[in-house]
Parts: sequence; structure tokens; C-alpha cells
Amino acid sequence: MKLGFYPGCSLEGSSREYNESLCASAAALGIELQAVPDWNCCGATAAHNLNHNLSLALPARILALAQKEKMPELVVPCAACFSRLKVTRHELLENETLLKEISKIIEMELTPDIPRIINIIEMLEKYVMADIDGKIKSPFKHKVACYYGCLLVRPHKILKFDRPEDPQSMDGIMKRIGATPIDWAFKVECCGAGFSVSRTDVVAKLSGQIIEDAVSRGAEAIVVACPMCHSNLDLRRKAINDYSHQNYTIPAIYITQAIGLALGLDKKELGLHRHLVPVEFPATGKPAVTQTEA
Amino acid sequence: MSRIGVFVCHCGENISATVDCHKVAETCAKVPGVVHSVDYKYMCSDPGQNLIREAIKEKNLTGVVVAACSPRMHEPTFRRTCADSGLNPFLCEMANLREHCSWVHEKNDVTTEKAIDLVRILVEKVKRNKPLFPIKVPVTKTALVLGGGIAGIQAALDIANSGHKVIMVERDPSIGGHMSQLSETFPTLDCSQCILTPRMVEVAQHPNITLYTYSELESLDGFIGNFKVKIRKKARCVDEKLCTGCGLCTQKCPNKKIPSEFNTGLGTRTAIYVPFPQAVPNKPVIDKANCTYFQKGKCKLCEKICPTQAIRYDQQDEIISVDVGGIVLATGFNVLDTDFFPEYGYGKYKDVINGLQFERLASASGPTLGVMKRPSDGKTPETIVFIACAGSRDSAKGIEYCSKICCMYTAKHAMLYKHKVHHGKAYVFYMDIRAGGKMYEEFVRRAIEEDGVSYIRGRVSRIYEKNGKLIVKGADTLLGAQPMEIEADMVVLATAGVANAGAEELAQKLHVSYDPYHFFAEAHPKLRPVETNTAGIFLAGACQAPRDIPETVAQASGAASKVAALFSQDELTREPLIAVVHRTAPPIYSSCVGCFICQSACPYQAIEKEEIRTRDGKLIKTVAKVNPGLCQGCGTCVALCRSKSIDLQGYSHEQVYAEVISLLNRGEESNVGI
Repeated sequence: MKLGFYPGCSLEGSSREYNESLCASAAALGIELQAVPDWNCCGATAAHNLNHNLSLALPARILALAQKEKMPELVVPCAACFSRLKVTRHELLENETLLKEISKIIEMELTPDIPRIINIIEMLEKYVMADIDGKIKSPFKHKVACYYGCLLVRPHKILKFDRPEDPQSMDGIMKRIGATPIDWAFKVECCGAGFSVSRTDVVAKLSGQIIEDAVSRGAEAIVVACPMCHSNLDLRRKAINDYSHQNYTIPAIYITQAIGLALGLDKKELGLHRHLVPVEFPATGKPAVTQTEA
Repeated sequence: MSRIGVFVCHCGENISATVDCHKVAETCAKVPGVVHSVDYKYMCSDPGQNLIREAIKEKNLTGVVVAACSPRMHEPTFRRTCADSGLNPFLCEMANLREHCSWVHEKNDVTTEKAIDLVRILVEKVKRNKPLFPIKVPVTKTALVLGGGIAGIQAALDIANSGHKVIMVERDPSIGGHMSQLSETFPTLDCSQCILTPRMVEVAQHPNITLYTYSELESLDGFIGNFKVKIRKKARCVDEKLCTGCGLCTQKCPNKKIPSEFNTGLGTRTAIYVPFPQAVPNKPVIDKANCTYFQKGKCKLCEKICPTQAIRYDQQDEIISVDVGGIVLATGFNVLDTDFFPEYGYGKYKDVINGLQFERLASASGPTLGVMKRPSDGKTPETIVFIACAGSRDSAKGIEYCSKICCMYTAKHAMLYKHKVHHGKAYVFYMDIRAGGKMYEEFVRRAIEEDGVSYIRGRVSRIYEKNGKLIVKGADTLLGAQPMEIEADMVVLATAGVANAGAEELAQKLHVSYDPYHFFAEAHPKLRPVETNTAGIFLAGACQAPRDIPETVAQASGAASKVAALFSQDELTREPLIAVVHRTAPPIYSSCVGCFICQSACPYQAIEKEEIRTRDGKLIKTVAKVNPGLCQGCGTCVALCRSKSIDLQGYSHEQVYAEVISLLNRGEESNVGI
């Protein structure tokens, strides 16, 4: 099966392992991801802070390219890209004049049958979950904290995906591959997002609370579907540990990596070696935190 | 030959300031058929009315057009004037020169022209008016009260005390409704049950009231004064006549762990049960879904223990048919399903409860006998958080409206908690405090100032459990949206009040309208607040919108007085402006072809089938017939009738065409003039 695919910049850079694990798992599941040719930046946070039309034009160009390729649907793994593309699609479909205006700006004809945008969870639910049972070689038998973050489920009015305050979709997928999702309180709390660069202390505090809750409820791994969340939980682990005077060792992994492991794929193929926090599960019952000497 | 009189009113200067009234009268005098045309300063005054009376007698008028204000204002006045002089009141028409002309246009010739037109078209109409006579409908002087909460109880008692029979139908095994579940009531903190139970007993003992509990409305037919009601009396599996209410069966029943509806799931009950000790009637019912005998075929302990042999496992639902003249809808409300707020953890954390559950915890008859214990482990909550507007005024997740009662009951809850746990800390998160009502604001101030309840203006974003505490995360918007975190032992959600389950279905059964929230709609939001759009059906209490006890009682008495007024006459008089199906002499009988599109279109179920038969009973044809008691004269059937066989009395095809044609003719005449 062929699916339209928009990787976005993170998947080429800081979260290469998300891309690697997605492509490896997709291949193992018989899904061919066909990237939008000549794709560009979605505009991220910068564009919509600068100019509204720009924030629509950048994703609109991607949508127009996908439309040209006759892709009915586009898988967008990065939560921020997903949000930008889906919001743009929504705004353009709501407003015919705007659709024409943006078409003029990007110098490409965008017709109202804009490709549908789905995130990684929707892709899994729609095309994978129905017959995954036979494909699981080593069930992912771990207690996991499914962390959705903000952009995957909000704003609900536009995304119409899962319950915004207590999402369940990722938990359901984790159960299917043998994991035990924990019931915890920080599923959709903010990780600090882009403050990673300018105010690392804020990220240390916010992401630290997320990790603390997951660890205190016995999670062995935090499962994410967003490069930003992953970066804050993984890349900023030292800042988090310094801030909270703890030594959290719980790994943060992508949902595609968890699935890849369950499918019996090679760790390296899934990019697990790229994480800063070593992906080791305390299967022996070791706590995911070791107290630092005060 | 028609002899029409035209009477043009100046309405002081209301009309004459912009319309040349004298010219109107003068011009209309020339219209064929008009034999008398005058103008006068105040036509509704005594001398003005005398002008009409005298003209009718002197000129032997066959129709009258009064060109004055809106018929809503003075049509009854002028119709009476005509009737005084022996003219059928329906031969009098009003041209609205005030609201439709002088008030909305400037003074000029065109305005006067329009006024003349307005009169002329009515002259053409009234030429074709026929004498009509009011419709008389008999009244069955028995009322049906649906719902046995405080609204239904008040309405039933008021109607019964004015000397009329009342049939009360309650869905639950006991009357009492939500009020019987409440602990104490604002703003006086008097015990809810203590003021309610005497009224419940009064209902049961009143000679004019017949009470059907554990019963539901099956169907409703008929119309104002003449409703035919079917009531489904569900099988209690207990013979009410034999049962003495001794309670032995409820003690012996082995199934003791069923969550009690009355105690909002905080307590348990048996499979054969009386919802609460003060229940009226104090007779148990068997909950078949949870009864060992009904589920497994064995047990029958209650039958063995019953000293009067009142248990009837084979009892069936019974359908009771009654005739009633008026109906009071008092089916109450419900609290919003808290699934809207997964972030508050209701259902996940035992110590997050809703307002109704707190009422049971605080009630002396509740599962803790009024001692403040939290549901999870029975410990006294040292810190308690109340969240107002949990669902109300929240278009994103809950409902858009204000549930009205929550501000007051939350203040009451916090106060009751402080009275029971003196050293405890009580917090209230609120949006605004809406305490409009007698002694209401004072009551809230008392909670804050005397009982030391901390009011925090802000919303709660999330509640989660940590180390046995409920972490309540919110913001204090009066302190610059400063984030707040409270470690609470218990959280009470002031969940929104919503329409009762099945309200929509019931409304459809009764043909009353309802709003988008499924609350029953009143006929007019200000001037007819206790009536529905269906004549003879009235509203009381929270089935119309969330409301507190004093308001509910006042509205129930209002509805009762409407019923009493309805029952004060032996016959109802209704305006004859209703639809009639064409009938004529044999061999045609009627132009109706019997397609009955009118029947499916009629919003009032007023169209019946009539079989026309020969003298020896042979069926000739089946035609439509309008029930004059039900028809509201809306005209929908007239518009849909394919064979033009239905006419609206007073607004017949002939009359309306004549009006339109008279306008078209004027155009030709004026063209000729040019």
C-alpha cells in the first residue's frame, strides 16, 4: 500500500531516528511511504508569528504539491507539521476567497479536494492495527507512559482527533503491541516546547514534572509522537536532572520505535542508538531513576 | 349588496401626524360597497365607539373596517362594539394604520396612499366575511401532573386544593424528586426533607389526588380540555394493597450490594427496595435486573418472609387510561454527565464527586448519616475543593448556559462542610458569583466572611492523584493568573443542570416544543412562561430550565392557577378561525380527494379521517376532517392541499384573493389616471 508522506525538517535532522524507525516499521508492515516531491518547511512557529498568509502559504505549497501527485492522504509524523498542515487545510476549506488568494501567492492552483492530513497514530489505527497481531514477533512487554503533548490533540475543533484532555489512542496501540500503558496525569501537559533554546530552565521544570510523574507511576519508558517533545525529554535530560536533583534514566522513545521493536526489527535500524538517554528497559525491575548523591 | 362602514382613527397624533386621515376617509367613501366613511380623533374612546354603534344601526351596515392600531391592541374592543349593535363580531376588521404605516413612514402623500390601500384591501375582505361563531369545547376537570418532584407536588396540591381532581404520574418508585436528596437548602439552611416530606404525605392522602408511582406516560391523544392519556404502571412485583411497608423483605433480601440511585451510588440497596425511608408510597419494588430470582430462578426469600403474602413475581405492567382536561409537565432535570471532563478525573478518582453526591454525604439520611467522610477510605477530608461551573457556561466542553443554581449550592456546600469540619480548609474555584435572589448574596458573603471559605476566581485545568492526595491545578486570575496547586482530599464538581433523560421523547409524545438543550419551551419567554405552545399543557420547575426551589414552587403554583382557570368554566370558548374541509351536497359531497397530505403536515394532529356513507352504511369516500378543538388555525394544511379543499375560516382563499386583486386593480386605475 502506498501512502503520501511529508517528513518535515525534524525528521531529516534532530529526530532522524523517528524517520528511520517509521520507514523501517512501515516497510515491515508493507506500507510504502511516498514523500511529497520538492517539499518545503511547514513554517513551524516562526511563520505564524510573522505573517498569517505566510503561515498558510508554506503548508499550502506542500498541499498543492501533494495534490498534484494525486495523493488523497498525507501522513505527517511531526506533531507540529501535522498541526500546521491540518490547520491550513481547515482554514482554506472554510474560506474560498482565502483559498484563491493563497493559490495566487504560491503560484499553484489549489482546488478544494485538498489531501487529508493524518498523524502517525491515525495512520497506525487506520492501516496497521486491524491485522497487526500476526506480525508481532516480540511483544513490547513494558509499562509505558503514553505522552501526547499539545499539538497532536489540540485544537480539538480543527483536528477532531481523540479526547483533547484525556486521549486514549496511543494507549490503545501500545496495548495491542503488548505494552501496559500507565494511567498518569501528564499526558497532554506542556513539555516547554521551543523554550528549549531560549529558556532551558523552563523546559527543565516542565519536562521534569512529566518525567517525574511517569517514573513515580512505574513507567519504564515514555512513548512520544512528536520530535519537539522527544527533544525536550531526551536531549534536555541533563538539564532536567540538574534542575530536579534526580538522575532519571527512563528512556523517551518514538511510538514507531516501540512498534519496530515489537515487530522484531533491529535496534540500529530503528535508530535507538541515536538517543542521548540510553534506551535500556529496567526489565529486571530496576527503577527508572537513581538517586543522585546530594 | 354589501354595506360597509369605514372608521378612520387619528390615534391622537400617532396616525394623523403622518397620515392624512381625513383624506383616507374621503377616498374610501368612494370605494364600491362603502356606504359610510368617517374619521375621528380617538375611535377607541366611548364617543368613538358610539360612532360605530350608531352607524351600524342607522346605515344598516353589513361589515365594518376600523382603520386604527394593531388588531393585537384593539380588535377585541371593536368586535365587542359591533356585537353590541347586533353585528356579528367577525364582520369587523382592523386596518393597522399605526404600526404598519404611520409609525414606520414619514409624512407624505405616499404614506397616505398606503393607508388608503390598507383600508381598501380590508373593505374587499370584509365584503366576503361570513358571520362566525365561537367554538365551544367541553372540559374534563381532571388534571394530569407528570413528575412527582417539588414542582409536581406543589402543582398537584394547588390544583387539588382548588377542588379539582389530579392524577400524578411519577417514574421512580417514590415521589420527592431531587429535593428529597438534598441535605439543607439555601439561603436558610433548613433541612430539605423536613420541609418536603409533609407535602409528599399530603399528596398521598389528598382525596382529590390519585398517585401512580413507578409509572410512565404511555401515550397522549386529544386536545385542551379533552386529553386522553394512557399511563404505564410498571410491575412493582408487590401487591400495593396487601403490602404494609413493614420492610422485612428489604432486610432479608440477599442482594445487598446494588448501588443506590437515591444515594447517587455512594450507598447500597437491596434488590427489593424502598428508595429511602420517607418514600411515598412506602412500598417496595423489585429491581428485576438485580433480583436473584428473576436472574437465576431461585431465591424467593422475600416471598417467604412477607407476612401479608404481598409479593407478586408474575405481576405485569398495567396500562391505565384516563381522561384529563389539563396537563402540568414537571419532569425535572438531571446533572451533566461528567465524561465531558476527563481532566477532572470524575469516575477515575473516588473522591472526585458531583454536587448531588455531596448533598447525600452532607445529609443526615445519607450513607454517612451526615458525617463528612470521603468515599474512598472514609477519612474526614481536611482540604476540600469545590469547582463551580463544571460544564456550565463552557461552550467548548459542556453547555453554553448558566445552570443558575450552582453558585448558591456551592456556597451552601462549602458552608455545610465548614460547619461539620471546623478546622478544614474549603476552596471554591469560580468564574463569577451569580447570587441574584432574596438573601442570596448575603448567604455567599456569609460563607466567605463568617465561615472562612476561600473563594478563588479562576478555572481548574487538571486534577490528578499523587500520594493519596488530589492535586488540583488551577489559576488565580485575580492575582495575575498565578498558577495554583492545591493538595485536596476531596473535590466536588458543581456539574451543570441538564434536561432529564428522555425529555425529547416525552416532548414529542406530548407535542410540546423544546429548546436545543431539550428543555421544554414556554409559549412566550416573558408573558407566557408557564404555558407551552400546545393549549392545555403547562410547565413547572426545572424541566423548562434549571431553577432553584423557591422559583420552582412559584412556577408550579402559576401552572396550577392556569389549570384552575381552565377548569373554572364548563366549556371552553375558542376563536373560530380554524381550517374547514370543503363539504357540499351529493353527489359530490366534498372536493377532498383523501390524499391526507394535510394530516402529515398538521403540527397539532387536528386532521382526522371522516368516512362519508350512504344511509344504508355504504362507504362513499373517505375525506379529511378538521377537529375544531385541536386546530390552531395555522393554515399549513391549506397551503398543502392539492385540491384546494381546505379553507381557513376568516382567511378564505376568496378573501385573500380579493385583497390582492384590489391592490392590483388600484395599479390599473392609477395608470389610467396618468
